Amino acid sequence: MNAVYLDNNATTRVDPLVVEAMLPFFSEQFGNPSSIHAFGASVGAAVKTARAQLQSLLGAAHDHEIIYTSGGTEADNTAILSALEALPDRNEIITSKVEHPAVLALCQHLEKIGRAKVHYIGVDALGRIDIEAYRAALSDKVAVVSLMWANNETGTIFPIEGLADLAKEHGALFHTDAVQAVGKVPISLKDSAIDMLSLSGHKLHAPKGIGALYVKRGARFKPLLRGGHQERGRRAGTENTPGVVALGKAAELAALHMSDEQTHVKGLRDRLEGALLQRIPNCFVNGDLNDRLPNTCNIAFEYVEGEGILLHLTRAGIAASSGSACTSGSLEPSHVLRAMNIPFTAAHGSIRFSLSRDNVPEDIDRVIEVMPGILEKLRELSPFWSNADKSGKEFKPVYA
Amino acid sequence: MWDYTDKVKDYFFNPKNAGVLSEANAVGEVGAIACGDALKLMLNVDPTTQIILEAKFQTFGCGSAIASSSALTELVIGKTLDEALKITNQDIADFLGGLPPEKMHCSVMGYEALQSAVANFRGEVWKDDHEEGALVCKCFGVDEGLIERAIKMNKLTSVEQVTDYTKAGGGCLTCFDKLEEILARTNAELVAEGILAEHEAYRVGAADPKKLKEKAKAAKAQQAPIEISPLKPSSPIPPPSAGLTNLQRIRLIEEVIEELRPYLRKDGGDCELVDVDGSNVLVNLSGACVGCQMSSVTISGIQERLIAKLGTTVRVVPVGRNAH
Repeated sequence: MNAVYLDNNATTRVDPLVVEAMLPFFSEQFGNPSSIHAFGASVGAAVKTARAQLQSLLGAAHDHEIIYTSGGTEADNTAILSALEALPDRNEIITSKVEHPAVLALCQHLEKIGRAKVHYIGVDALGRIDIEAYRAALSDKVAVVSLMWANNETGTIFPIEGLADLAKEHGALFHTDAVQAVGKVPISLKDSAIDMLSLSGHKLHAPKGIGALYVKRGARFKPLLRGGHQERGRRAGTENTPGVVALGKAAELAALHMSDEQTHVKGLRDRLEGALLQRIPNCFVNGDLNDRLPNTCNIAFEYVEGEGILLHLTRAGIAASSGSACTSGSLEPSHVLRAMNIPFTAAHGSIRFSLSRDNVPEDIDRVIEVMPGILEKLRELSPFWSNADKSGKEFKPVYA
Repeated sequence: MWDYTDKVKDYFFNPKNAGVLSEANAVGEVGAIACGDALKLMLNVDPTTQIILEAKFQTFGCGSAIASSSALTELVIGKTLDEALKITNQDIADFLGGLPPEKMHCSVMGYEALQSAVANFRGEVWKDDHEEGALVCKCFGVDEGLIERAIKMNKLTSVEQVTDYTKAGGGCLTCFDKLEEILARTNAELVAEGILAEHEAYRVGAADPKKLKEKAKAAKAQQAPIEISPLKPSSPIPPPSAGLTNLQRIRLIEEVIEELRPYLRKDGGDCELVDVDGSNVLVNLSGACVGCQMSSVTISGIQERLIAKLGTTVRVVPVGRNAH
């Protein structure tokens, strides 16, 4: 019996077809795409094909709008730093409280060194962005807006196209971290107001260490890395050609499987979620049920700590992740759940299951089979839980 | 995930002495759900011999918190109260073959619960109640007494260690200056007692609070990989039935809420259906439900019933609470 992998928002398995496509670029096709001789030329052609495959997945108008990077983090950093440099008379950034650390930590750093003023827009209990606060923060002092397309923890989708339109009214550049969205929901950039978009290979069945930044033609851009003419001088450094080819192939496969996301993957996710909510008392879904990635299911189980659930799941051969503090070494629960004001009784016991097209119905059956027992066992141990009185009112700790 | 010893894993997966001890005559409760861990230790003490005959625990917390609690019960059973009071958090950690440094606070929680339970048996108020000592770390409710004791018992010499052992400073770290001061003062006392060498003692200004904060952030950003092990197959689950019209759905939702209202009214509360927006069921909690700490339980209860009735996932949203 195989292990059940339900942590695809952390990383995905590289598709065997992707592996097959990239392998020759380690061996016989080793050339440098910048070289004029035959060794380079064929590799250059492969890099171009990959660019077209990615262009097609993103619905971009031109293939040269794609800049290869080392991954999502580099793409995010490049986009925000570029915007600040390209619009020197503007020094404000708008982002949200629930962004990935690749954006949040950079913004906090820029704030600390006095390089920018940052507006962190909040979210409601479902993780939906506070549009009014966003409107209020927009002004002609804003250099860049950076908002994620979909949240990695809850899967909640922001109305990115509309948010980009609003930014345009103020002349700000609009960047979106679409690392979790690309390949899971359809994206069409050519008629949007989105200036920049980050994506990461390993979230869509390509390997780690490759990603891309989309930069709309005409959008002002300043490179992060200098030292070569690669990527039209926008990202110096010899291309990671096996990675680039892999990313192109993965993009082609993602486009091919796009409809599966809304049928196969979403079907499995919904069945998992429905069954867990039905069979386990005192739990609820974190995130916006009406606008969510089809593969993500984040459930808060009240009165238990997430690490305990994960330890039991691990023993049962099931991989998931937790927003709980204890798993990560930090002592506080996830910044996303805290921004959503999820009560402490539940935030500590939140578990994320993230699926992919690799999952089969049997995977879901296994989780549904083991979860009720795990919760029952841990809740039996919890002083906040008793079958007679779910409120645990008698429990009065010495310091609370 | 964490590098837990086999004994920690064993005591987590098969905890000894878990559950409620109905004939307990000494109970110690420490921690809080908001902090991420809490422990209720229940002892049955022979009033004449002062020997702990039975011990049970209930713990909300991570794997090492549960294992530490269980280890504590094993350590105290058969001991007299005076003997039990000599148990330190290090004894609990040693019993388990060691704990990761970041998890030492779990063993401290066990120590605290034991002190509290013994005080409870003797009819005393546990002297380390934070009402006496100043509350230092507001994020995790850690008082000065606990920090001092942890430093003394474990010879801690850095602010980082203080956080590992007590959780103090694990959140916003605005208590950094206070932590430094307590650490320096307590270390100086240890030096005076000849327990600590002068060069080992912490001096104010030796640690950079920014670095500690960044370290905490980095730890948070890093998700530990998960080990996989094989498992047996299972039976398939039939999918829930959907296929209701919107009107049927709303009527069913109304029905469920109407059924539940009498129970809420009995407790002086009430609940009204406001709207159904896709899969979100918006309700208005009123009366005693407003501001009640258990309102999330009420909400989950309603949600559970709705999901069972409708056969699809819905989310119950209290609109009053979300308005701000």
